[in-house]
Amino acid sequence: MKAIGIVLAGGNNKRMRELSRKRAIAAMPMAGSYRAIDFALSSLSASRVKRVAVLTQYNSRSLNEHLSSSKWWDFGRKQGGLYLFPPTITAESSDWYRGTADSLYQNLDFIRESHEPYVIICSGDGIYKLDFNEVLAYHVDKGADITVVCKEMPEGTDVSRFGVVKTDENDRILQIEEKPVQADGRLVSCGIYVIRRRLLIELIEKCAEEDRYDFVSDILIRYRTVKNICAYRMKSYWNSISTVDAYYRTNMDFLDPEVRRHFFKTNPEVFSRVFDNPPTKYNPGSVVRDSLLASGCIINGTVEHSVLFKKCYIGNGSVIKNSILLDDVYIGDGVYLENCIVDGHSTVRAGEHIVGQPDNIRVVAAEDPRI
Amino acid sequence: MIKKEMIAMLLAGGQGSRLGVLTANMAKPAVAFGGKYRIIDFPLSNCINSGVDTVGVLTQYQPLRLNAHIGVGVSWDLDRNEGGVTVLPPYEKSQNTDWYTGTANAIFQNLAYMESYHPDYVLILSGDHIYKMDYELMLGYHKAKGADVTIATMAVPMEEAPRFGIVVTDEESRITEFQEKPAQPKSNLASMGIYIFSWKALKESLTALQDVPGCDFGKHIIPYCHEKGERIFSYEFSGYWKDVGTLSSYWEANMELVDLVPVFNLYEEFWKIYTHFSAKPPQYISAEAHVERSILAEGSEIYGQVIHSVIGPNVTIGKGAVVRDSIIMEECVIEDGAQLDRVILADGARIGAGSVVGTGDYAESTFDKKVYASDLTVIGEGSVIPAGVTVGRNVAIWGETEPADYPDGRLESGGHVIKGGSRA
Repeated sequence: MKAIGIVLAGGNNKRMRELSRKRAIAAMPMAGSYRAIDFALSSLSASRVKRVAVLTQYNSRSLNEHLSSSKWWDFGRKQGGLYLFPPTITAESSDWYRGTADSLYQNLDFIRESHEPYVIICSGDGIYKLDFNEVLAYHVDKGADITVVCKEMPEGTDVSRFGVVKTDENDRILQIEEKPVQADGRLVSCGIYVIRRRLLIELIEKCAEEDRYDFVSDILIRYRTVKNICAYRMKSYWNSISTVDAYYRTNMDFLDPEVRRHFFKTNPEVFSRVFDNPPTKYNPGSVVRDSLLASGCIINGTVEHSVLFKKCYIGNGSVIKNSILLDDVYIGDGVYLENCIVDGHSTVRAGEHIVGQPDNIRVVAAEDPRI
Repeated sequence: MIKKEMIAMLLAGGQGSRLGVLTANMAKPAVAFGGKYRIIDFPLSNCINSGVDTVGVLTQYQPLRLNAHIGVGVSWDLDRNEGGVTVLPPYEKSQNTDWYTGTANAIFQNLAYMESYHPDYVLILSGDHIYKMDYELMLGYHKAKGADVTIATMAVPMEEAPRFGIVVTDEESRITEFQEKPAQPKSNLASMGIYIFSWKALKESLTALQDVPGCDFGKHIIPYCHEKGERIFSYEFSGYWKDVGTLSSYWEANMELVDLVPVFNLYEEFWKIYTHFSAKPPQYISAEAHVERSILAEGSEIYGQVIHSVIGPNVTIGKGAVVRDSIIMEECVIEDGAQLDRVILADGARIGAGSVVGTGDYAESTFDKKVYASDLTVIGEGSVIPAGVTVGRNVAIWGETEPADYPDGRLESGGHVIKGGSRA
């Protein structure tokens, strides 16, 4: 592969509410067995990208922990590797990453010292599978300066949290509107870019000179008329998890057999850190319907239309409906949960009754009395 | 000089012929257990959890699956700069080349491997038992007793003692007598086939008995050490330990994991069992499915009924299918409407739609009465059973079978179809 990878995983989003209180968005648990960044890393790894940098800042500890070994994604080779770059104090600067372009500028040495001709930049909160070789081939074929991976969202999607893209008939990007009040079209940017390495260095250096820090507004939007910026249209599933609602829906999407087939039953597989949990156990009295369960769970009660992450315990007579339970949640006996997201390591005591609304998912983040 | 206080030698070369078609093309230690594990995971995990980071695995019978499973040992943290796991198959020498003819002979042929680590102690393990054991405690005992050899033993019910190798000890736990499968046992302490040898005693006895045909620890080395007057002690182990040597004991041990509070608890955090496994997706239970009293591994998709069963990773159970009292290993597919009762289905097998497997009354096996002596029907790795057939109990099937193999669509109890193995 003729590209290095850079994963932008430093951002926070207030609309994740309590869920991002103790972790980076890229470290959010996803689809039962994974974390959000696994999808970007697995796509890069499967596309044979060998050198990958992850730029972290907000709540980076959670992400560092998940990336404690690069072997799970098949990085960590003599040729290449997985590099974690949080902001650092240098002789010249003691700034945090002030934006996406600034985070690239602060790691310009990494980009400069690589020898691959291209750079793939992607965000850590996208849920997708993508063969970057195809995107790169498109990029070369189009003679593009920058390729932006885009997705035509299904009809009825609220696109106001995305960057909405307008193109001409040759897929050249004419306009990008960030988080539009009234959107014109459903083609959104996936936050995945391919660019020639030398051009990236040039643009980033110019940005830094002008005290500009944001990749989208200061590079993509600002240069759209002078550079050939093209939209690569992704056909398969894509979503990002920047709000509680989007997070809930994206997880629930995995109850759809087509989505599971795409991610779980077709190559390449999605890699993640391995935990060696025992199989999930269904005790007498358990009733489980239309649900996803990760490893190491013990079920005594009823689980319907829900996603249970690793090592959840459901007590006798409890009912879990339309809910998401993150890792290691303990549900006591006789609990009723509906339309909830229960944060990892929470304990819900016996007899509690917590109900959210389909359009207003309740986030339950209880302190864990077990620790 | 590389120096390891204790290294382990894991005997994994045996066929385990009493597991029938389950070991048709893999050694017994490679047979799946408890949904996601393989039998060898238990001794390997015990090693790393006990701080033993140098393990030689001796392979001989059908090693492909075992080699693929062990790899470089990453899954057990046994990929080390010094030590780690090393697979040791028999090899050609300038003279006296031979297969491994016995357990002790296999260890003797790898004297050079052991010597390269300059061990003070060598732990001898077999790859076919299900248990959790801290070998470090056993080593502490070995040192405290000033022993030359320590044998792990377990108290068994007196009436079962004639099936085991029995040791008789004095009040200090020093072994005074050995009885191999005695009709009149003098004690109920059975040897578990787990030994710690002080290096000198091991090397000396292996070298002295190198010309004994089929040299075996239980039959030759231990009696030799005993006669020589070496200090041999019994280390009594009281936890869960199961020899899964027969189809019915294998089935029982699996089913014990399903109990409400299993005697052998895999859910404890402090003694994890590791296995070769990449991150797998969660399991999916559909709206019309019914799962009760079962354990299921990652990635399985259940659309039918699963009752009191052990289901491995990436298994698909179709709509209207019923799986009861069965063990279904990795990557199996059970098509819509199929019914399985007391079946062991090995890796990657497929049951056609509407077929009924495990029905009717028990009948004596026409194939191998010694191996197939229960009402379990056993289907080997990668086998295919066509749609719409009926298969009785105590049946052995291996290979891609066709409707023609089932006259009138039936295979009666005690019958068999063996079509596999043509590749070998």
